[in-house]
Amino acid sequence: MALQYITLISFGYFDTDFLRNVADAVKKEFLLVVNLKEGHLDLSEYYDPTRRQYNGIKLVHEVETAFSSDSSKTIGLFSVDLFIPILTYIFGQAFLNGRTGIASNYRLSNERYGIKTDDRLIMERFIKEVIHELGHTFGLIHCHIPACVMRSSTYVEDIDQKSIHLCLNCRNEFNNTLKQ
Amino acid sequence: MAKKISILIVDDEESVRDSLYNWFIEDGYHVEYAENAKKALLMLETESFDIILADIKMPGMDGLEMLRRIKLLKSDSIVIVMTAFATVDTAVQALKDGAFDYVTKPFDPDDLSHLIRNASKQITLSEENENLKQKVVSLENVEDLIGRSEAIKKVLKDIESVAQSNSSVVITGESGTGKELVARAIHSNSTRRYFPLVSVHCGALTESLLESELFGHEKGAFTGAMYNRKGRFEMADNGTIFLDEIATISTRMQIDLLRVLESKKFVRVGGNKEISSDFRVICATNRDLKSMLENGTFREDLYYRLNVVNIYVPPLRERIEDIPLLVDYFIGKYCSSMNRPPVTIESAALKRLEEFSFPGNVRELENMIERAIVIGNGKKISLKDLPLEKSIISNSVESLDELERIHIHQILNKYNWNISRTAKALKVDRVTLYNKISKYGIKPAE
Repeated sequence: MALQYITLISFGYFDTDFLRNVADAVKKEFLLVVNLKEGHLDLSEYYDPTRRQYNGIKLVHEVETAFSSDSSKTIGLFSVDLFIPILTYIFGQAFLNGRTGIASNYRLSNERYGIKTDDRLIMERFIKEVIHELGHTFGLIHCHIPACVMRSSTYVEDIDQKSIHLCLNCRNEFNNTLKQ
Repeated sequence: MAKKISILIVDDEESVRDSLYNWFIEDGYHVEYAENAKKALLMLETESFDIILADIKMPGMDGLEMLRRIKLLKSDSIVIVMTAFATVDTAVQALKDGAFDYVTKPFDPDDLSHLIRNASKQITLSEENENLKQKVVSLENVEDLIGRSEAIKKVLKDIESVAQSNSSVVITGESGTGKELVARAIHSNSTRRYFPLVSVHCGALTESLLESELFGHEKGAFTGAMYNRKGRFEMADNGTIFLDEIATISTRMQIDLLRVLESKKFVRVGGNKEISSDFRVICATNRDLKSMLENGTFREDLYYRLNVVNIYVPPLRERIEDIPLLVDYFIGKYCSSMNRPPVTIESAALKRLEEFSFPGNVRELENMIERAIVIGNGKKISLKDLPLEKSIISNSVESLDELERIHIHQILNKYNWNISRTAKALKVDRVTLYNKISKYGIKPAE
């Protein structure tokens, strides 16, 4: 089925302008219609008290089951600390070549690292993460080009190093995926 | 990524397998997983993985035991062990048992990336190392096979393609073409290179001696056999046996040889214990084995057993363009071994060498250059330093009269036109010599 749009569903406390800016950036990058929605989940079900974090795997499965559709790529937007059992934390995650992903802005703010708050920087980081996870849903794997948004980032500093855009190779891959 | 690295995840917890699986496929790796050690070992029997990421605590066989078994299957496997309960003892034990690294769950995303990157680097380095080794090996011990001609390039190519196999090789070519050098090059570039290359010159031994040489003998097997002696086949265990002048062996020895080649087992002369030896056979001959098959002097079954691969070494006259290179090489070799400054060769002398037919091939050229360096002036090899006058001479001379004229002239020059000494050397009387000088119009100034 041909892909018609991208859906961004907010499950956290986000400012409306912040979300609109994210949606605009995503639209510009993928040239697809982007719908912004608000979702409701009882996050306590996904909370792991021993780790004091939220289980990213369970969340992405829940978003996939309850909110995704075949005609859309859906990204759940969260503002909680995410983990997967094997890793101490994640910024986001997605099903490769699937239809769902999640991203969180929890670890993207400067103040968590003892640095002065920078709202513009948080937004830029979050846009990169959302585009990165969407890239995975379009079948893109991690890219070795430093400026490509699909480059793997394990620290916020890594996120700052890359741009918000796909490199030429990833762009071509994405275009090929859309044609299929 | 040049090559897609494959990863096998072994963990009994589904959530861990899923997390790792998703993480690695996003990185572009080929990923598979197993929920226990038994299944992982089964998978490893049919498929190979570059990296195995295994949990230590698993029901049934634990990760450490699995690590030991994986190492038995494939000693260079990269196994990374994970555990939620890190203790120094288990970490040390895992590393002692050959684990590439050890991590405690949960780990930082950056640590995981580093871990896999390091392992991938190790794999790439190992592959590069192997490739480099093969490249180095392909050049090893061929330095004596000098030449840029198509003919010698083909020989080198044949050596390269046959070296890594275990096939028997027959090297054919005239005497002095370098058949033994080819055999050495094959051995040096084979996987047997760390074991002996045992040469047997079959033509130099009588039948009974050859039998004892090849198979060895027990004490008291014959008069004078005071001690047990290992035969050449036994000495060549894990290595290569080079049978030079194979065409000279008797019909009886051909039967014995065939039996050994087929079974790789033999009994020492005078013994009764069967001995096994794992050797590769390389033979050489300057005779035409096919025509020997036709006239029944060489056994067909032995011929086909030996002649799995044939390498033909061309005579020097078929690769004249290599003569200047060979001359330079031998000059360098002998000046260096005689501790003399390097000499050069006059262009006229080199031209004459290029015209010469060299019935003794490269060996003859080598001897000529060695002799020229010994008797020469230490600066330049000239025509008079080359023993061409005795071997007679140029390819361009075809008539016997012309040959005789040149020869008489050279001997006259050698004895400074002393007619008596020249006649004596030529074993003719003085009158005959005068007649010849007159017939051919030979003059001192010529």
